[in-house]
Amino acid sequence: MSMSTNHTKLIRATYIGILVLALVAPLIGLYPVFVMKLLCFALFACAFNLLLGFTGLLSFGHAAFFGFAAYVTGYFIKSQGWSPEIAILAGTLVAAFIGLVFGLIAIRRQGIYFAMITLALAQMVYFICLQAPFTGGEDGLQGVPRGKLLGLLDLSSDTTMYYVILAIFVACFLGIARIVTSPFGQVLKMIRENEPRAVSLGYEVDRYKLVAFVLSAALAGLAGSLKTLVMGFATLTDVHWSMSGEVILMSLLGGVGTFFGPVFGAGIVIALQDLLADKVGAWVTVIIGAIFVVCVLAFRKGVVGEVHAWLERRRARA
Amino acid sequence: MEIFGIPLQAFLGQLVLGLVNGAFYAMLSLGLAVIFGLLDIVNFAHGALYMVGAFAAWIMLDKFGINFWFALVLAPLLVGVLGVVIERTFLKRLYGLDPLYGLLLTFGLSLILEGIFRDQYGVSGQSYPVPELLEGATNLGFMILPNYRAFVVLASLVVCLGTWFLIERTRLGAYLRAGTENAKLVQAFGVNVPLMVMLTYGAGAALAAMAGVLAAPIIQVTPLMGSNLIIVVFAVVVIGGMGSILGSVVTGLVLGLIEGMTRVFYPEASSVVVFVVMVIVLIIRPAGLFGKEA
Repeated sequence: MSMSTNHTKLIRATYIGILVLALVAPLIGLYPVFVMKLLCFALFACAFNLLLGFTGLLSFGHAAFFGFAAYVTGYFIKSQGWSPEIAILAGTLVAAFIGLVFGLIAIRRQGIYFAMITLALAQMVYFICLQAPFTGGEDGLQGVPRGKLLGLLDLSSDTTMYYVILAIFVACFLGIARIVTSPFGQVLKMIRENEPRAVSLGYEVDRYKLVAFVLSAALAGLAGSLKTLVMGFATLTDVHWSMSGEVILMSLLGGVGTFFGPVFGAGIVIALQDLLADKVGAWVTVIIGAIFVVCVLAFRKGVVGEVHAWLERRRARA
Repeated sequence: MEIFGIPLQAFLGQLVLGLVNGAFYAMLSLGLAVIFGLLDIVNFAHGALYMVGAFAAWIMLDKFGINFWFALVLAPLLVGVLGVVIERTFLKRLYGLDPLYGLLLTFGLSLILEGIFRDQYGVSGQSYPVPELLEGATNLGFMILPNYRAFVVLASLVVCLGTWFLIERTRLGAYLRAGTENAKLVQAFGVNVPLMVMLTYGAGAALAAMAGVLAAPIIQVTPLMGSNLIIVVFAVVVIGGMGSILGSVVTGLVLGLIEGMTRVFYPEASSVVVFVVMVIVLIIRPAGLFGKEA
């Protein structure tokens, strides 16, 4: 009993430590744009993990939500002069709507079929982005201004922008944790563990899955919208299927079905890409592929998952 | 002569182009179906193996002067061996696990293969000449048919029918099909199932590579040629229903044709039409056109 409280205390202390680190990050000289980018991708990975980790659905099409929302937000700010909060909301809602359409089609099938269908649907969105008049084709949308949040906060300052992003991220992280621990989240977990049982207990499994899918799509869209605001551009890379692969890697590497795993995984992948891109060129792809292979073969629980398992074993021994 | 306001010449030209694309879809989805049938693995690396096949042919010609016809045999053999190595080193560790892990692992492998070729050759394409014997075109009276394209369609049909015959009509095929149903029982009858599985993956990889060699004279050989194609092939597989070999061949050819027709009447939609068909089929028949599984 006391060991178990220790365990919880340790986890809580870790979270608080990380939050404090995040709060002082710009003060201790961490480049804010890098951390903001990291937070956007961490949110994307958390959104994805809500689906894979807690509902057991592997979507291979999450780039569609992330990328399309990035375009929508960029377009409304740049071409229509909307304020950032409305444009972000628009991006999130559009992503939720696409999620609803994808979900209605894909949820009829399971496992690898589900993965392949979401992948194909997302590729359709990619081609639409390639040809639609508002996306800027091959060039994408460049030079999207950040504007003023609620007409008050000037986001062109990296520090202000940073704290806004951090606040949104923490709110979403806690929100996801709340969803997962709620009765609704428990049903999702049951579906993941034993779908036939959930059906036989009278739960409308498809409806639960659909709600989870739409929630996940909306959060992925929010992440994409924020990314446009931070970086000032939206391009085809955001909506290409390799982005769907990257978010899977982030979750898998950090630990599918853990709260903090996707954040950690996003951190490693983004850091690798930023640090290595200039130095090794196309080998970044090789390295990322190799990490994928090693994760699948050797540690399917991911880094955070393995740490959890280690703590559990130690507790059991004590 | 015109059809719906489109000159017959242009119409038939696109139809042939569609048939050629369909031939590639058919060969690739056939390989996927064979591998999935026996190994229960969705081979995401299929597109990368197709790309490696095309590059193998290009390198053989460029560095060693080996012509198309030898490459058509050698490249699939080489890639087949690569497939065997992949199966022995990686895939065999995943049997019995959720098939999603196989999908993710082969995705990782495709990134590795693609990255290596991108580092070596960049993203700009290499062109591969049409073999001398098949240069030129035949005038059919109502249209001019490039000889090489006709050959590709024929070759793909021969390969597809050959594979179908091998699997549905021979003793070896019977073992394969039985192995998919119940590997333990087939093993008990003295069939070396692990060997069979290994060779099946090798053969699937070789099929992908052969499609790559056939594609080389038609398109630019680039490291990205596989990843662009594989998603369409996945859609073909979803539409056809993954179990059936004949299903993947028929669906592949028909979808190529539909794509070609779309290019005539509404070019903007030609890259999405396969996915639109997929959505419609899934709404009407969630298991796919030829799928048996509920």
